[in-house]
Amino acid sequence: MKVKGSAFKFGDHIDTDLIIPARFLNVSDKDELAKNCFADLRPEFADKAKSGGVIVAGENFGCGSSREHAPIAIKAAGIGCVVARSFARIFYRNAFNIGLPILEATMEQDFIAEGDPVSVDLTSGEVRNEANGKTVQAMPLPPFMREMVECGGLVPYIKKQKMKSEVNDIHK
Amino acid sequence: MRMTITEKILAAHAGQDAVAPGDLVQVRVDMALANDITAPLAIAVFHELGASQVFDREKVALVPDHFVPNKDIASAEQVKMMEAFADQYKLKNYFKVGDVGIEHVILPEKGLVAPGDLVIGADSHTCTYGAMGAFSTGVGSTDLGAIMATGKTWLKVPETIKVIYKGTLKPWVGGKDLILFTIGRIGVQGARYRTLEFTGPVLKELRMSDRFTMANMAVEAGAKNGIFEPDDAVRDFMKGRTEREGVYWKSDPDARYDEIVEFDLSDLELQVACPHSPENVLPVSSVEKVPLNQVFIGSCTNGSIDDLRMAANFLKGRRVAEKTRLIVIPGSPLIYKQAMQEGILEVLLDAGAAIGPPCCGPCLGGHMGILAGGEKALATTNRNFIGRMGHSKSEVYLAGPAVAAASAVLGRIGSPDEL
Repeated sequence: MKVKGSAFKFGDHIDTDLIIPARFLNVSDKDELAKNCFADLRPEFADKAKSGGVIVAGENFGCGSSREHAPIAIKAAGIGCVVARSFARIFYRNAFNIGLPILEATMEQDFIAEGDPVSVDLTSGEVRNEANGKTVQAMPLPPFMREMVECGGLVPYIKKQKMKSEVNDIHK
Repeated sequence: MRMTITEKILAAHAGQDAVAPGDLVQVRVDMALANDITAPLAIAVFHELGASQVFDREKVALVPDHFVPNKDIASAEQVKMMEAFADQYKLKNYFKVGDVGIEHVILPEKGLVAPGDLVIGADSHTCTYGAMGAFSTGVGSTDLGAIMATGKTWLKVPETIKVIYKGTLKPWVGGKDLILFTIGRIGVQGARYRTLEFTGPVLKELRMSDRFTMANMAVEAGAKNGIFEPDDAVRDFMKGRTEREGVYWKSDPDARYDEIVEFDLSDLELQVACPHSPENVLPVSSVEKVPLNQVFIGSCTNGSIDDLRMAANFLKGRRVAEKTRLIVIPGSPLIYKQAMQEGILEVLLDAGAAIGPPCCGPCLGGHMGILAGGEKALATTNRNFIGRMGHSKSEVYLAGPAVAAASAVLGRIGSPDEL
């Protein structure tokens, strides 16, 4: 399972107020949230991310509030994956729950520049800068988490599991 | 098996004799909480899962506190959805405007949390209840929706950092100063994924309100939870609020800690976190005397009666500076009434403060005091991220109620010493 796209580069401690400011949280619609993703920090983000992309960030990405609207907005904006040096814990959980794959990787600052073409292999955990061929190894996702991401999050994953077990019951 | 208080609470809720850091455990939840921002998504998840009942109608609390009284049509629709859900599933703990206060203020106030409880909330400041010796932490809406349906969730047992506070506190120094100082020292990811266990002889000098403030901001250091061993102060606090006893867990003397940090607080001054991070902490005397457009006293961090008393103490017989706005929002209707009975509201009004109805107010830039571009504010809240209280070119300083009240009078950042 591979994700490809241009890099959107961010620094350390990108908080959820920056990802989606609270004034936009009076709605839960994902497309509305996507329009306002990084509204103050990078007003051009929502437009540019439409054609896909990978966020590459520093430490503690997603710190602050528990708003699930943050990963929802990023995913709905068109981002296929977030690679960061580290994530805040609530964001980490929320991202998988809503089906946004995220990977922790130890990267040098200059490993990827803004706009570089990036590919991320969720199975092996390899993050590749297609511009110069350089790679880093992120912690790969265990199979069940890949499946959760493929299903689109925890809820569809649980539904699929349920269906599987029902089908198995029939065949027993 | 030697364990910390956090490990003991998690083990008890996992139905195990013992747990160790790193273990993944499935735990039962004593109270599940969501607010008007997070509940709508959680309700959608609940329905998508095909649930027909909440796991326990007394153990789900829905608290509309962020954008109430409804600030616009979209917010009103979100609250309407919560209300309909609460009606349909006969939730005991839904609070409409008039009864509602800030979630983390009213849950303890109404006796809905006891020591030893495991509380999960779709709000990052759910860690507040660690002040009572409960394990509590924030999650997102999907996790909360699943918890409303099943009463269970999974957690990774966190490593614990033990923080030992020693010394004797100077006058007016309170919980906010201790936690800001701590975050300043360990950083905003200093406790990421871990527990902050607050200990030491100084705690005897702290009121429950101080402990709530400290546990509340544990998440600002990245912590999963912040916790205090419950004691007589908690017993006194519980009186008249609930019939439930709770469990008074204590860490074993030989419990294992990932890290032990010790601070002598005898010289600790009042603290201020400068823009744009809760870790940019300085003693108030070292902070530039920045002119302020607004001072806000309130929020789940510092909206208690003790905070209002402290503010009134410095505002009595004084006026808020000519070019500064002071907004005060009591954390709950009960605190509001108490402030009225104690004459605090009159002191505040005479000083020139605007007093709002119990809610989160401008803390997260929701409403009731949004900042314009270039404006500077000092607030008793918990986050000073870019754009947190309004315009992305506004700035927020964080402090406790003593610095807030003094700064409102001075019209710039300052200490009560300067009044």
